[in-house]
Amino acid sequence: MGKTLAEKILSLKSHGEAKAGDVVIADVDLAFVQDTTGPLTIRQFKESGFETLAKPQQAIIFLDHAAPSPAQQLSNDHILLRRFAQETGCRIYEVGEGICHQLVAENFANPGDVIVGADSHTVTAGALGAFATGMGSSDVGVALALGKTWFRVPESFLIELNGVFPRGVCDKDLILYLIGQIGADGANYKALEFGSEALARMTMSQRLTIANMAVEAGAKVGLFPSDKITQDFLIEHGRGDNYKPLYPDAEANYEQVIAVNLDQLEPILSLPHAVDNVRPVAQVKGVKIQQAFIGTCTNGRLEDLAVATEILKGKKRHPGTRLLIAPASRQVLIRAIEKGYIQSLLEAGATVLPPGCAACLGLHQGVLGDGEVCLSTANRNFKGRMGNPEAMIYLASPATAAASAIRGEITDPREFT
Amino acid sequence: MPDLVLKGKAIKLGDNVSTDDIIPGRFAHLRSNLPELAKHVLEDAVPGFASKVKSGDFLVGGKNLGLGSSREHAPVVIKMSGIGAILAKSAARIFFRNAINQGLPVLLCDTDKIGDGDELEVNLTGGKIANLTSGITLSCSKMPPIMSAILKEGGLIPYIQKHKGFKL
Repeated sequence: MGKTLAEKILSLKSHGEAKAGDVVIADVDLAFVQDTTGPLTIRQFKESGFETLAKPQQAIIFLDHAAPSPAQQLSNDHILLRRFAQETGCRIYEVGEGICHQLVAENFANPGDVIVGADSHTVTAGALGAFATGMGSSDVGVALALGKTWFRVPESFLIELNGVFPRGVCDKDLILYLIGQIGADGANYKALEFGSEALARMTMSQRLTIANMAVEAGAKVGLFPSDKITQDFLIEHGRGDNYKPLYPDAEANYEQVIAVNLDQLEPILSLPHAVDNVRPVAQVKGVKIQQAFIGTCTNGRLEDLAVATEILKGKKRHPGTRLLIAPASRQVLIRAIEKGYIQSLLEAGATVLPPGCAACLGLHQGVLGDGEVCLSTANRNFKGRMGNPEAMIYLASPATAAASAIRGEITDPREFT
Repeated sequence: MPDLVLKGKAIKLGDNVSTDDIIPGRFAHLRSNLPELAKHVLEDAVPGFASKVKSGDFLVGGKNLGLGSSREHAPVVIKMSGIGAILAKSAARIFFRNAINQGLPVLLCDTDKIGDGDELEVNLTGGKIANLTSGITLSCSKMPPIMSAILKEGGLIPYIQKHKGFKL
């Protein structure tokens, strides 16, 4: 019997034969927390009687969700996290460095790694072939101390991607389409494994967007095999030696196979208040928006800012629409400045926010007012997500967000490309 | 270790109640002040929930309960509100594991057979739920033995304190 990617990685990391449905204890290569889940992790870690980390250099605290802090309580949480880093010798990424998942992709994740993070979008690193999954504070606290955790080996869905994205359509439209097909719980406890010929043309930035949203279909991981694109990304980020080939066996067993022809896709968005409530943009156009938000671990990368710039350059945001841009990391921001994107976006009327989670989760930097509508490139549009249960959130691609910011209403990006 | 037989009233929720519904991100500044945070449990989804719930009541969800964020504060504040166990048709992966890690039982069963306010008797060891109001008995799906063991110890921290690691 052949193995899926999930079975291959968990077999390797549990030093045995891991088949779907088995429960295994696996080595953890990287464990991390962020500033809204980390304080509980520290309290649970200490309550368990632990004092030291199994692998301090593979343990990270990211200050990204409340960055810079908008409230004294969150500032005090940051103090607690900094103190823990000093006491234990773990790594810490300060306010302004960027979003945990982007920094993990840039600096740490490798094919075949097991990564656990106290944040549901830890799945993002699956783009690099890492078995990366979100857990709660207690589980990550124990993983930090033991360097191990337990997993039920997931059954896998094979997502076969063929064809070429049409003009104005991208990775975000694909993953929203897929979530609409699978449903918000359709892949609960499962692994999504991406394959087939379109992968050869899919950049790491696109793979990160797709893997990031696997959890919105309930999946435990969203895994890509490793290839030349993975290797080039690792070389570019100074860790080419960590590359290893990783692919599923030909005779691997999949619970479902879902084929998507990229040629058939069109711009898609999620309507309030559910990610799987998807509709073609063309059917929803004309809805007025008060805020457009381009950023997050889903769509805050250089390629996303390039797409937004291409549409917004030389134009202005609609006077009734605020345009917020939050680069996913300091490196993304620096590159976007070098390439002139930030200049063009500012001239178009954008407000550029510091690298971090920004407006995504309703803490700061773009909380919505009663009855306001936001078109966001983030991954969640649950009621109340952006700080106000009376607001409405639509999710779409950076191209759709940029086009809609110009018109002040939901707009099909193909009208601008 | 939770009591083996629990008795209480059902508080019914719909499908797809997210962790943002259970404890919204706008209260993130209260996450290191759990008693204050707990006052806001489910306040957008069930107005007045914190004052309505009585110790030993059951939170009865539909499908995909607890989808979304990994915030373990969601089961923490549910437990602090007095809820004795969670029942749902299905529960999102991280939320399920977090609840068990907090020593809060989660039982998966056909919750369409339970109405808001129904009196329930839940047998944790047998995985049976008697709906005393309707007279119907429901069976629950089994969880992996390691989760049962963690729940039996009252959560992940007491489990780890006792076993010093994971045991399969």
